[in-house]
Amino acid sequence: MSWDLKSDRPIYSQLIEQIELKICSGIFAPGTKLPSVRELAQDAAVNPNTMQRALSKLEEDGLLYTNRTSGRFVTEDVKMIQQAKHRLAQEQISEFLEKMKSLGFDKSETLSIVSEMLKGAKK
Amino acid sequence: MSSILTCKNLSKSFGSKKALDNISFNIERGRIVGLLGPNGSGKSTFIKLCNDLLTPTSGELQIAGNVPGVETKKIVSYLPERTYLNDWMKVSEIIQMFKDFYQDFNSEKAYDMLKRLDINPSERLKTLSKGTKEKVQLILVMSREAQLYLLDEPIGGVDPAARDYILDTIISNYQENATVIISTHLISDVEKILDDIIFLKNGQVVLQKTVDDIREENGKSVDALFREVFKC
Repeated sequence: MSWDLKSDRPIYSQLIEQIELKICSGIFAPGTKLPSVRELAQDAAVNPNTMQRALSKLEEDGLLYTNRTSGRFVTEDVKMIQQAKHRLAQEQISEFLEKMKSLGFDKSETLSIVSEMLKGAKK
Repeated sequence: MSSILTCKNLSKSFGSKKALDNISFNIERGRIVGLLGPNGSGKSTFIKLCNDLLTPTSGELQIAGNVPGVETKKIVSYLPERTYLNDWMKVSEIIQMFKDFYQDFNSEKAYDMLKRLDINPSERLKTLSKGTKEKVQLILVMSREAQLYLLDEPIGGVDPAARDYILDTIISNYQENATVIISTHLISDVEKILDDIIFLKNGQVVLQKTVDDIREENGKSVDALFREVFKC
């Protein structure tokens, strides 16, 4: 499992994003058990307290839940995962639009480039 | 949570030079703390005070409620900046010695780590390279089940791959309510595993914060902030 952590942003918020991504992309499938905090921390080479903090936040948000005796699981609520996926997509796109804006493209120009490229990609 | 270490108005002078100048802070249990500062900022002096190798000129220092001494040495595992082990001893003999010395020493753990780092226990210390000696020493220190680990420059002399392994060892081997204090100037290597950092400058604490707070407030890594604060 790969973790891509940037050095200029809080580690815990990046961990949240990356775990969300792993849930959305199905690396952590709905209803499956997550590795322990320590294993995850070791895997990402981060402090276990930071990993714990990220997992607690995801639990608060409902993407994870804890079964008191058997560990931490990914939610079985597929709808909720879809919502998270949608939110991540929106974030990606607004970031992209922001960049296009700074390159000097307005909305309609951006849209035409995107649709052109999508056409090209189909072929 | 109770503090594992508290210091209050702690100062240490060497003649007219103030190595530590009136520092006060608490360190909680269960944290990994980076003690960061440029050369000569007082990092090693502080760690030596914690180990009763130096005595304070003024002020207080307590570890789990005791002043550094016999009682605190039972619960503190210390990695000095220099090796002090006898060169002629075999690694396995040193492990035996540590086992005799420290009640909380887990030799199984030590042998396990030696194996993972591909170090032969029957070799004599003097035949090992500088980096390998440092690894052996860190293994000894981390094989104790201590409450406080004081690591003075634990990754200075080893290659990047071994550095990763050492950091991994630190994360995976400390007990949940044990605290690790790492003094170093190799910040970018350690910052991902730290909870809190303490910046020392000319014997004074200039900043004590969590890593994520620093990144959030400054929009930059601890390493970048360090370079800014200590710009020469």
